[in-house]
Amino acid sequence: MGIIKIKNLIHDYVRRDEEGNVEGKSRAINQVNLEVEKGEFIAILGHNGSGKSTLAKHLNVILMPTEGSVWVDGKDTSEDKNLWEIRQSAGMVFQNPDNQIIGTVVEEDVGFGPENMGVPTDEIWQRVDRALRSVNMIAYRHHSPNKLSGGQKQRVAIAGVVAMRPQCIVLDEPTAMLDPVGRKEVIETVRELNETEQVTVILITHYMEEVIHADRIFVMDQGRIVLQGKPKEVFAQVELLKRYRLDVPQVTELAYELKLAGIEIPDGVLTTEELVEALRCWKNSRRADVKQ
Amino acid sequence: MIRDITIGQYYPADSVVHRLDPRVKLMGTIVFLISLFLFDGFVGYIVATLFLGGAIWLSKVPLKFMLKGLKAVFMLLAISVLFNLFLTDGVVVVQIWKIKITREGIRLAVFMAIRLVYLILGSSLMTLTTTPNNLTDGMEKALAPLRRFRVPVHEISMMMSIALRFIPILLEETDKIMKAQQARGADFESGNLIQRAKSMVPILVPLFLSAFRRANDLAMAMEARCYRGGEGRTKMKPLQYQKRDYITYGIYIGYLLAVVGVNLIV
Repeated sequence: MGIIKIKNLIHDYVRRDEEGNVEGKSRAINQVNLEVEKGEFIAILGHNGSGKSTLAKHLNVILMPTEGSVWVDGKDTSEDKNLWEIRQSAGMVFQNPDNQIIGTVVEEDVGFGPENMGVPTDEIWQRVDRALRSVNMIAYRHHSPNKLSGGQKQRVAIAGVVAMRPQCIVLDEPTAMLDPVGRKEVIETVRELNETEQVTVILITHYMEEVIHADRIFVMDQGRIVLQGKPKEVFAQVELLKRYRLDVPQVTELAYELKLAGIEIPDGVLTTEELVEALRCWKNSRRADVKQ
Repeated sequence: MIRDITIGQYYPADSVVHRLDPRVKLMGTIVFLISLFLFDGFVGYIVATLFLGGAIWLSKVPLKFMLKGLKAVFMLLAISVLFNLFLTDGVVVVQIWKIKITREGIRLAVFMAIRLVYLILGSSLMTLTTTPNNLTDGMEKALAPLRRFRVPVHEISMMMSIALRFIPILLEETDKIMKAQQARGADFESGNLIQRAKSMVPILVPLFLSAFRRANDLAMAMEARCYRGGEGRTKMKPLQYQKRDYITYGIYIGYLLAVVGVNLIV
């Protein structure tokens, strides 16, 4: 069994009036099935309100399933006794960097998780050291988080999760409030963690450029998983993605338009280099045609 | 102006004062604040000045940085000085129409000003040299015996450290909201006191809204990182008295004796 297994998950948000009577329900997640293997880099895409953040909160037992079940590292999230173990094995990074940093000094914040877990003092220091190194923030260990840039704050938040030695990290739109430079920093950090430490990563985002390196992509719309596969396969379906109000990466879009205009280019071009290569092939083949 | 408040901000530096146990600094601040109201004479102020000056010098916090913090309380300071200056009876020095300044008034005003300034400098020195986490750790440990009387010591100290961490963030946010409202024509500067107070409402409402939202987010982030109260929690920086801490306690006793002694002699 994989590190994360979600089976027929349904989640309803229930609105209640002042007396506590049910006023209405909205289904945020509808019959989702998902399995993630250890060491994978998974991306979940979807526009606002597609249920992707709700899904993320199930992995950390911040929310409980209305129906269906979620297993993290083989433990059922609906059982109370598993709560803290699951929260330790599935770390979570949130959107707003300011609202998830508890410490007033970078290293103290990174130590917050291990402190809560009851890790002995010496080991906390080792963990903090390693975690800060792994996100390249060791030089800032004595700084106040308030004076860091958004990207740096988010890297500190990631270090705070890494210090808990989780099996997987769930990042809930970690770049939504950052500038392009910060976004790049954070995504590179996450990729590095995935590659060097073999941490399973579940990245939730609506920026397409960030997910082209993922192993698998899931696209959500209205609480369902509507599309899944390797980046190439998913981005080949430009029209479908647009229907789900998602943008494809600029290069992919350009390739798609060129193809519509009659140029032979393979589907699902993800990087500039690929497009250049495809265009060169096309040019050469045309030259060959003309010569014939 | 709003960024000038230095109380509750940490000034990172590597000094003896920074390394002291927070309990020692807490005690020192209390001793100093009490001593300010113990003496009444000129010599007493010299002793206090030496004590405070020495502490600031040792802390490596630039004096300029500390004095900036006074700007925020300037009004309070000015009011108390003026009241003392004009409303104290005694030997008249200057009299213009009905307003008179007495010798006792000048004396009281000056001493009151010094007291207030020292009070603020003394307490901000503690927060400038102690990280809020460290400070609340100190309080938690110093107040630990109260847990027997069911006082939620850990919870209180956690709340305080979070409050301290969010002061600069909320100040920044206030600044931002004020500018946003000013850009749309809000006027915070003119009008009488009541009008000005009323004009604060459009700042406070969004500020409170965002503070609650932040609190919600933070609580979720803390839970996600396995926070479950003080039970079974270990410390990254456990508090242990060092030699320098005992020496500092000795200095406090010396200081207190000096203050009391000066009072008795002069």
